[in-house]
Amino acid sequence: MLALILILIPLIGSLLLFLLRGSNAGVSKNIALLTSLIEFAVAAYAFITFDSQTLIEIKYAWMKDLKINFHLGIDGISLLMIALTGFLVPLIVLSTFKYSYKKTESFYSLILLAQAALMGVFMAKDIFLFYFFYEVALIPVYFLAAIWGGVNAPRITFKMFVYTMFGSLFMLVAVVYLYIKASTANIQELYTAAKFLSPTSQNLLFWAFFIAFAIKMPVLPFHTWQPDTYSESPTAATMLLSGLLSKMGVYGLIRILLPLAPIGLSNYGMIAMVLSIIGLIYGSVIAIQQNNIKRLIAYSSFAHMGLMAAGVLSGTLSGIQGALLQMVAHGINAVGLFFIVKIMYDRTNTRDLNSLGGITQNTPALSIYFMIIMLGSVALPLTNGFVGEFLLLKGVFDKNAWLGGIAGLTIILGAVYMLRMMQRSMFGERNAVTSEFSDVKGTEIAVLLPIAAVVLLMGIFPNVFLKITEPAVNSLLQLIHP
Amino acid sequence: MSIITLIPLFPLIGFLINGLGFRKIPTSLAGPIGVGASLLSFIGTVIAYTQLTETNQPILINVFDWITVGSLQINFSFQIDQLSIIMLFVITGVGTLIHMYSMGYMHDDEGYGKFMAFLNLFLFSMLLLVMGSNYIVMFIGWEGVGLCSYLLIGFWNKNTEYGNAARKAFIMNRIGDLGFLIGIFLIILNFGSVEYTEVFEKAKGLTVGDSTIIAITGFLFIGAMGKSAQIPLYTWLPDAMAGPTPVSALIHAATMVTSGIYMIIRSNILYTLAPETLEFVAWIGVATAVFAATIGIFQNDIKKVLAYSTVSQLGYMFMGLGVSAYTSGFFHVITHAFFKALLFLAAGSVIHAMSGEQDIRRMGGLWSKIKITAITFLIGTIAISGVFPLAGFFSKDEILAHVYEHNKLMWVLALIGSMMTAFYMFRLFFLTFTGSFRGTHEQEHHLHESPASMTIPLMVLAVFSFVGGFIGMPEVFHAPHLLADFLNPIYEGSKAVNPEFGAHPVEHSTEWMLMGISLGAALIAIFIAYTRFGGSKNVPVEDSEITGVQKVIYNKYYIDEVYWAIFVNPVKSLSNFFVNVFEPKGFDAIVRGVGNMVNSFSNLTRRLQAGGTGFYLFAMVIGITIILGINLGYQVLETIKAFVGIK
Repeated sequence: MLALILILIPLIGSLLLFLLRGSNAGVSKNIALLTSLIEFAVAAYAFITFDSQTLIEIKYAWMKDLKINFHLGIDGISLLMIALTGFLVPLIVLSTFKYSYKKTESFYSLILLAQAALMGVFMAKDIFLFYFFYEVALIPVYFLAAIWGGVNAPRITFKMFVYTMFGSLFMLVAVVYLYIKASTANIQELYTAAKFLSPTSQNLLFWAFFIAFAIKMPVLPFHTWQPDTYSESPTAATMLLSGLLSKMGVYGLIRILLPLAPIGLSNYGMIAMVLSIIGLIYGSVIAIQQNNIKRLIAYSSFAHMGLMAAGVLSGTLSGIQGALLQMVAHGINAVGLFFIVKIMYDRTNTRDLNSLGGITQNTPALSIYFMIIMLGSVALPLTNGFVGEFLLLKGVFDKNAWLGGIAGLTIILGAVYMLRMMQRSMFGERNAVTSEFSDVKGTEIAVLLPIAAVVLLMGIFPNVFLKITEPAVNSLLQLIHP
Repeated sequence: MSIITLIPLFPLIGFLINGLGFRKIPTSLAGPIGVGASLLSFIGTVIAYTQLTETNQPILINVFDWITVGSLQINFSFQIDQLSIIMLFVITGVGTLIHMYSMGYMHDDEGYGKFMAFLNLFLFSMLLLVMGSNYIVMFIGWEGVGLCSYLLIGFWNKNTEYGNAARKAFIMNRIGDLGFLIGIFLIILNFGSVEYTEVFEKAKGLTVGDSTIIAITGFLFIGAMGKSAQIPLYTWLPDAMAGPTPVSALIHAATMVTSGIYMIIRSNILYTLAPETLEFVAWIGVATAVFAATIGIFQNDIKKVLAYSTVSQLGYMFMGLGVSAYTSGFFHVITHAFFKALLFLAAGSVIHAMSGEQDIRRMGGLWSKIKITAITFLIGTIAISGVFPLAGFFSKDEILAHVYEHNKLMWVLALIGSMMTAFYMFRLFFLTFTGSFRGTHEQEHHLHESPASMTIPLMVLAVFSFVGGFIGMPEVFHAPHLLADFLNPIYEGSKAVNPEFGAHPVEHSTEWMLMGISLGAALIAIFIAYTRFGGSKNVPVEDSEITGVQKVIYNKYYIDEVYWAIFVNPVKSLSNFFVNVFEPKGFDAIVRGVGNMVNSFSNLTRRLQAGGTGFYLFAMVIGITIILGINLGYQVLETIKAFVGIK
């Protein structure tokens, strides 16, 4: 039941807002916040009371003749993603509180709809249901980006749409093929059935799923939609994309690709891993010279996703556990960083590092939050970024020491672009643009404080998270390395 | 909670109070909080020492389980043994003095409370580094001190140049940290654990020269090169002098930069198993010691001279380690902490008196004006020059004796380096304190001795710089080598894998001779410095007039420029190439091709967005959902099923 509630709460909130069109903007903001907070409370309840022994599962017939079910289940991996979604959406909603948007109700309605779909993705036990939610999650974000984005948004978001549709096509073919071969849509049953597939079909399945998920994350060379979309979209949409939607790709790799195509993985996993690591270095090198902070963070996200993909593809316990932890860490940090960019843009009307500088002199509080979140993204020990990155690199290293060493360059390059961003925006002399910069307050603190707190808490107590996912990851690994 | 857990906790609490309460806590309170936190750690260390000496067995404390992945268990845990307790004494002892000094030095700075907070945070990290019972906790501290170094070098963040120096320090350290991290991965791969006790126990089963061990020790040493400023990763340290002087004393002289030496001594069994790595360590040490000393000769910034001297002295420590004289290297860590902290703090006192001036060409004749500073500075100078019976003599001489046994050429180079040390340090002393005053009239008017909070630490450190060497008497003096006896238990592993380890083969006559030579060399160098610079006879010329070889050395052999040309610029060009060529013309072109195919569809959606009301939009969402979810799924399936003939 819990699983269903997690989808229903944001869905009902979304519908309610849709029906309330034309009412007071303030009311709809509060409804959205309240809905997401209730959802957070339920997610938190699930997280705290979770016991890896008892699987939470529900199953309704959806398309009976085809044996396709509305089948949801929560294991440790799902739970972690539920917790992340439950934690981030209220913050995303709150981050918009200071600003007004045209068609306010639709705006929030779409955010909540995306949340409902995300919850579905992370709990789906039926491959068609997974596919369904996977597609549905994109639609509201697409509209958010296109309608409330910048001048170029329609063109750019269309590119994203085409891109991801293209990926979905691959996935659909793979899903249908699997379904026909195995005569079941139950993911758990498919795991067993997949073992009997020929190596050729496994290889094809591997690439079909890999391309689909690689576009979503994104992984090189399927990334060109991402920097433009991230920088042109309204911040809430960028946060949803980078914080949550990109994680569907990594989740898909873990839940679908690895156990369904283990032979494909052992044949081509290394190539995909090399691609991911090239993307990691490539994205980091580009980030070094970016002057638009939003683009800089977009490229840094791209780089981080590459490492997560590589870690998962290593097929090691460290790599997957690291990827899971890093998904949470990166999701939280990306939302925090994009919000800080929003704060800067709101006060100075620019995102150009050449125009900023000296902000720290006006903003003791913002400086602390920014510093903590930045340290999280450069993976300083005792922040959330470290444990994930450490385990990811260890996973890649265990698979191939050379690749591990090259991927390790991320700790140097990450420091280069992040410290540069910090230096050019916060430090140095103030100028005409930044001299009146006011410190964060009210809802801004309400967003940044929980983020900064979690950056530290996750870094100090990562075992809280690792222990939840380890049994589930181990059972997946048994399918990959029988 | 054990008192040992409290040792790092005090400065953490101090950091939180001063950090969160910055600008709310009055300066009269912020200082005592910072100093108090450090002092409490020192007291904790004393208590921990008494606990340790009761049994002489390492004390292990598991604070909590930090990371568990499969069979790999990484605890947040501490280990107090002979090695860590000495480091604790140095860190909290010298640390407390420097905190106290900062109360005076930074008193009028608007960021006073923040400064105290950062110093406490540094102390916390440094304590984790030496107290950790495994490599990961060491790594936490390792990166933590790097962060504090970054924060404190760039403390005056309005100045972009300081900010650049801070970033340079962090990034160069990160290069080393990657090496360290790879070393850790190799350790996990080969030993299945990161706990010192387990790793070292398993290492006993290996043979000397094992290639895995050579790789592990080599990678760990890369980490040490970064943190301890050895060639080729040393260039950040001179730039780090941008930070306030107490920072230079604490972080960039006495404690953080010696982390690399600590790490190697901690892993001594691994290094004893890898003589090839040790040889490499020794040569890097020699090269750094001599190279940095040559640069030190021509520098005119009081802090820059001390910075190069630190790089050079760190080279001596590695030299000691490289010839398996771990204790001698560590001995030099201790004595160096005293006299280098003293020299930096005294230099700070000079700068304070000179209203911020750091160029020794603008000083001179300060001896009579700031007596306490001058005398303590002289003690530090004599100590670092290796003149009997001050601290530096004993520790440096011990290293040189071991180097002599190992390789005569290395010894000659080390001796030349140590002569240069005595020369440039006395050059610094003479130009600063003797002759006539060369600063502006205004500076002369403001000349004053520093307040007691600054001079007391100077005097305490001067005493230790004087007598600190007595903990390690040479064998020929027939006095006990207290340090070596105390540290004996930590080499148990090294002795197990190499029975010859620790034997002292130097003959007494040789030892006397070596002592005589190094003392004589130092005195000659001092004499030369006196003849050239005594009474500030030859004041170095202005920058624009420096020519020839001297100019090359003055500009640090243009190493920074070389690094910039080899590493930084190519990466920047590559970045621009990716952005301008690869992104638009490579990947994106392919996509645009696909995009054009669906251009008509594009026009349709564009029209929808232009006129879309909320309802229209929502209808579309639901529409697409239905199409995708049911129609597509169902119909495609039906079609395919019909096609392949499944019922």
